[in-house]
Amino acid sequence: MALGARLTDFAGWNMPLKYTSELAEHQAVRTTVGLFDLSHMGEIRVSGPQAGAALDHALVGRLSAIKPGRAKYSLLCDANGGILDDLVTYKIADDEFLVIANASNTGVVLAALTDRVLDFDATVTDETGQTALIAAQGPASQAVIQSLADDQDARDAVAALRYYACMPARIAGLDVLLARTGYTGEDGFEVYVAADDAVRLWNALYPATEAAGGRAAGLACRDTLRLEAGMPLYGNELSLETDPYAARLGRVVQLDKTFVGQEALALAAQDQPARLLTGLTGEGRRAARAGNVVLNSAGEPVGVITSGALSPTLGRPIALAYVDRDEAVEAASLQVDVRGTLLPFTVSPYPFYKRS
Amino acid sequence: MSDFEYPDDLKYTTDHEWMKVDGNVVRVGITAFAQEALGDIVYVTLPDQDAQVESGTTCGEVESTKSVSDVYAPVTGAVTKRNEALDTTPELVNSDPYGEGWMFEVTVPDATALTGLLSAAEYQSQLD
Repeated sequence: MALGARLTDFAGWNMPLKYTSELAEHQAVRTTVGLFDLSHMGEIRVSGPQAGAALDHALVGRLSAIKPGRAKYSLLCDANGGILDDLVTYKIADDEFLVIANASNTGVVLAALTDRVLDFDATVTDETGQTALIAAQGPASQAVIQSLADDQDARDAVAALRYYACMPARIAGLDVLLARTGYTGEDGFEVYVAADDAVRLWNALYPATEAAGGRAAGLACRDTLRLEAGMPLYGNELSLETDPYAARLGRVVQLDKTFVGQEALALAAQDQPARLLTGLTGEGRRAARAGNVVLNSAGEPVGVITSGALSPTLGRPIALAYVDRDEAVEAASLQVDVRGTLLPFTVSPYPFYKRS
Repeated sequence: MSDFEYPDDLKYTTDHEWMKVDGNVVRVGITAFAQEALGDIVYVTLPDQDAQVESGTTCGEVESTKSVSDVYAPVTGAVTKRNEALDTTPELVNSDPYGEGWMFEVTVPDATALTGLLSAAEYQSQLD
């Protein structure tokens, strides 16, 4: 609490919602750098000679096909094609992967992976409790990470690390897994470290962040950042009731292999989804919120908001919603019932914000 | 969170609103504690001019980036003034909750009959 953090209970973790002002934190990520404590995320290691094949069976994507040192966004689906979690997986080596689960889903992911690797020569280990995650996100994040690297070679390696790639590294004298990934729509790094070293890492990264003009950032601004970047949030856009095609995530489903949920998703892929995840932008300052009903110009209900906020960067309301396919046409005029008031919204492509 | 100020000349409610009683006119806003808890305020809905509001019922909303919270009428009466500045600069509620961030004024029939309101000390003690 030394930084004035306002904490929130999130999936059983006491997490910083904000440190000072979430708008200032949001702005810091867009313009300089924000430093996030994301230790609530689940880290599950899958290792063994058939770890890649096991994950190909467990997830909708082909994890065996990516190179060591790369990351891949994928989905864990149930047999009906419903989404159990969305996750990023790092391929550490051909026989070793680190799966990052959403905090509220870590137990579900661990149970599903444990069950799905039974027929493979692979083991699943939950390392959530022993692993901390600190993210530096924003255009100045590379300079912050470089300032804590051992020497020029290490600084060059940080600069050369590609988006959605990872490598073992020494940062502030600590052994970490350094990944160029994030959930903000900016360039950024996620640093996985042994929980015992987490405070030392934070205490090195925080002054470096301040020196770069940045600040500590909490979960509140992480939500507005990811929404501007058009990234889905499990529990809002994704659930057991949504399939990847409705969520416009069909590109991550690789049907030309066998995996849990493949049959259901192969059928779903043949039909157009009844509703599609759709971007909406409004006017003024009043945001639509999750659960608000979307109406067409005739006043008929055609969808429901899954996430909404006043975009700090754009200064106008943005939202994601599941909308009937016929109505989810770019530039179409819709309305949202915001607690009894009908406000005009326009169907807009997302991401709402792209870094330049 | 104890470094906020709670002016002694105001009355308070457990809903984190303050009132400044001046004759039969009661000016209403939210406390420093409330604005901090809500976070950056991006939109405020106030009761209409001349609307009749009833103590304990919802008469407006405060939206932060993350959440929407109801504003309750702390007293019963007619809305005789609303802070129009909040339409364009709702962040005044954060920066000056007892001053330029005031929300609306209610004219009551008899201000001496107001009951159930907390003093600054009583309000602070129930925050802990």
